[in-house]
Amino acid sequence: MKEVVINTNRLTKKFGSFTAVSNISFDVYAGEIFGFLGANGAGKTTAMRMLCGLSIPSSGTASVAGFDVYKETEKIKRNIGYMSQKFSLYEDLTVLENIRFFAGIYGLRNTAIKQKTDQLVQQLGMQKELNTLVGALPPGWKQKLAFSVAILHDPKIVFLDEPTGGVDPVTRRQFWDLIYAASAASITIFVTTHYMDEAEYCDRISMMVDGEVKALDSPSQLKKQYKAASMDDVFFELARGAKRSAD
Amino acid sequence: MKQFITFIRKEFYHVFRDQKTLLLLFGLPIAQIVLFGFALSNEIKNANLVVCDYARDDASQCIIQKLSVNQNMQIEKVLLSHTQIEAAFKTGKVKIAIVFPAGFNASLQHFHTATLQVIADASDPNTATTLTNYISNIVKEYQQEITRLTPMPLQVTTQVRMLYNPELKGATNFVPGVMALVLLLVCVLMTSASIVREKEKGTMELLLVSPFNPFLVIVSKAVPYFALSLVNLTVILLLSVFLLDMPFHGSLLLFYAESSLFIITALSLGLLISNSTSSLQSAMLISLMGMLVPAMLFTGFMFPIENMPMPLQWISQLIPSKWYYTIAKAIMIKGLGIAAIWKETLVLLGMTTGLLLVSLKKFNIRLQ
Amino acid sequence: MRTIQFLLAKEFRQIFRNRALLPVIFVVPVIQLLIMPLAANYEVKNINLSVVDHDHSSYSRQLIASITASGYFRLAGYNNGFTASLQEVETDKADIILEIPAGFEKNLVRENKQSLFIAINAINGTKAGLGGNYLGAIISNFNNSIRLHWQAPARWQPAPVIELRSSNWFNTYLYYPFFMVPGILVVLVTMVCTYMCSLNIVKEKEIGTIEQINVTPIKKYHFILGKLIPFWVIGMFIFTAGLLLVGRLVYGIVPVGSLLLLYAFLSLYLIALLGLGLLISTYADSQQQAMSVAFFFIMIFLLMSGLFTPIESMPGWARTIAACNPVTYFIDVMRMVVLKGSSFTDIRVHFLVIAGFALLFNSWAVLNYKKTS
Repeated sequence: MKEVVINTNRLTKKFGSFTAVSNISFDVYAGEIFGFLGANGAGKTTAMRMLCGLSIPSSGTASVAGFDVYKETEKIKRNIGYMSQKFSLYEDLTVLENIRFFAGIYGLRNTAIKQKTDQLVQQLGMQKELNTLVGALPPGWKQKLAFSVAILHDPKIVFLDEPTGGVDPVTRRQFWDLIYAASAASITIFVTTHYMDEAEYCDRISMMVDGEVKALDSPSQLKKQYKAASMDDVFFELARGAKRSAD
Repeated sequence: MKQFITFIRKEFYHVFRDQKTLLLLFGLPIAQIVLFGFALSNEIKNANLVVCDYARDDASQCIIQKLSVNQNMQIEKVLLSHTQIEAAFKTGKVKIAIVFPAGFNASLQHFHTATLQVIADASDPNTATTLTNYISNIVKEYQQEITRLTPMPLQVTTQVRMLYNPELKGATNFVPGVMALVLLLVCVLMTSASIVREKEKGTMELLLVSPFNPFLVIVSKAVPYFALSLVNLTVILLLSVFLLDMPFHGSLLLFYAESSLFIITALSLGLLISNSTSSLQSAMLISLMGMLVPAMLFTGFMFPIENMPMPLQWISQLIPSKWYYTIAKAIMIKGLGIAAIWKETLVLLGMTTGLLLVSLKKFNIRLQ
Repeated sequence: MRTIQFLLAKEFRQIFRNRALLPVIFVVPVIQLLIMPLAANYEVKNINLSVVDHDHSSYSRQLIASITASGYFRLAGYNNGFTASLQEVETDKADIILEIPAGFEKNLVRENKQSLFIAINAINGTKAGLGGNYLGAIISNFNNSIRLHWQAPARWQPAPVIELRSSNWFNTYLYYPFFMVPGILVVLVTMVCTYMCSLNIVKEKEIGTIEQINVTPIKKYHFILGKLIPFWVIGMFIFTAGLLLVGRLVYGIVPVGSLLLLYAFLSLYLIALLGLGLLISTYADSQQQAMSVAFFFIMIFLLMSGLFTPIESMPGWARTIAACNPVTYFIDVMRMVVLKGSSFTDIRVHFLVIAGFALLFNSWAVLNYKKTS
């Protein structure tokens, strides 16, 4: 029996009369790469924010890393990493300064910070860019750096919100290499994306349409179920009836 | 032309959807008029006066009586000791003290002269001078009363007529000033913020790619603020005329024409600032910190410009609101026509043209 | 505790790297402190006088001479007709018209009485009042000197004269900057700290880095302290540079009272002001909004603080507003301690009030700021 790191049961979020997320229920297992797909406006970001402790649900239950999303948000935050859609590192600080800052915020001791920094820089090949302002880095490098910073503190789960937006195919490939490395180190990956080929890289996928989870299975199973040749077709099948089109 | 209207309409939407900014746009001028009209004044009232009466005779009692009925001052204590005066000043509650020496009346009767000491807390020189003047006037009054018995030969009297503002209302001085200040600050602030914000967000490039003259795109941003400023101006005018009894003697048409010119000047300045900075934060901080207090000081309605050191007087020539203030006073209060203000109008025209030219040049360079 | 160190290191780095912002924080206040006190001056001098002289006698010459010798007036026009002088007033070349009637000198001696006519541009009521008073005083002195000249004092019973000897304490020469500089310094420090603090936080909201912070286990109060402390330090710095450098070197202001007291009050004051900036930032979604709200409050604070016009002269409701204005208290404290050397007992109420403001603004802001929405 695999360990459940994220559990949701009829999780719902309403904004006034508008239901952004409606009764979603699913589990995520330790160490897997879980793809959270959906069209624009389906409610992916809202759902993710509830799981990260950034937003309190309207009803339903959920627990992340064993902590309740209503009452233990601060404990959740200690055990997760997050990479937002809007690039969230400080553009006016250098690579090194950003790493040190976030490491320190997560409570790493100085020796650990040094060790992690060296490791990260090695992995990304950014030795020459240590003292460059992040704002001056090319976009692909920014995303890779943001991801690495998100897992600096060895969290149990890392949430990635459309991490590869606007990045060239080579850099995307490199990014996914980093994700695999993290997964191999037993970090659970919870990633949302528009790119259907990336969906193929995940262990399991869920598809959100109009605030509800319409499908939940491995990519191969889904393709069988919908008699589709690619994830693109699966997506098209499920999402074309969608009524909402913007987040 | 139709496209221009489309741009303008979009800008109006932006403006009206941001309620907090609307608070500033309309709330501030109204608040200022109310405050200036009813609360702010250079007159000294309710000042606390301390009396040290060593004489305790008819003359001192009489003068003290006059002081106590005077509207501007209140007698706080009737102290006996000289040294307690300094302590009273330090508490900040007392502004001025008057000391009657022993034998005051006797000295007046026999020697026809006596001295009174007035000690002022001069940490505020203005209050000190004004209060000293009030007291001195009261003492002179008393002096005149006791000499009424003897007619003075060779009497030179004066007949004084107050022009334009016989009731000495404060409104005539500051309402044109508030107009100038508010129009200047709001236009500059809002225009520059609006433009720089689009630059930062990146939507500016979208607009520039459209098949429309880019400079006109920028101008379309200024249009809503032009309209809003005219509305603002009208509100201020109505408030001042009906609430504060401010006179309006001149031509309304001329007034609005000159005001429109000034608004355009302010908008051009906002344009220039927005062309010179790329960060919204700095645009706003420059407008706020760099312009607020200089505009207040150099427009000329709070402090007289003639009293400032020469270099500062030159600086004030550069502030557009100063010229508009003169124009507004001339039209509204003196009831004069264009003949009297053609020079100031020309200056504003010149400033506007200059600002627009520089902005255009900078803008084109950037596009390259 | 360590978290705060990291936060502070980040904040200071960001502030000092911002090329556009640094001059605004440091240079602009200094420049304003140099210029503004010189401009903010209520003294009335250099009043432009236009004389209409129908008499052309020695008396009219003497009168004009004594007027211009007083230093308060400048002879801007000398005409034969009233219309010409009026035009000078219309074009702002003159402020006051003095009309000397024909036969002034002759008729004064013959009939013992003459009248001079004065017309004053009263748009600025205060200036008109003061100008009128000065002119009246000079004419009165002139009157007395004529009397003495014509008749020996023994022929008429001398009028009793009460001589008023006035002393000005704490500011003997009525040097206006002594009064304005402390007040203006307070305003500058207020503006920088409130604007910057509120804009800073809203900027993070706008670009999204605040979300990254909210998702970490940073405690709310750590984050807030991390934002307040840098601006508190900057505020202290500007104040020190303003008072001890510019104030002393340029204006010769040496605080009479205790510097320790002043700085203690300043610390509390900054905490209150920064709390206000923080509060504004929790309500604003964009930098423009934060700026608009901050600007509105600062303007009202400025006008109602007793900086330019005295609070005692305001009507009751306005004085209540002034009492709710933190700036009022600091300006008062500055003037009392720097110029008069007031002690703690004299300002203990001010301390209490400012502490109240600090508590109010900061608690409200902390309650408002939610890491989870």
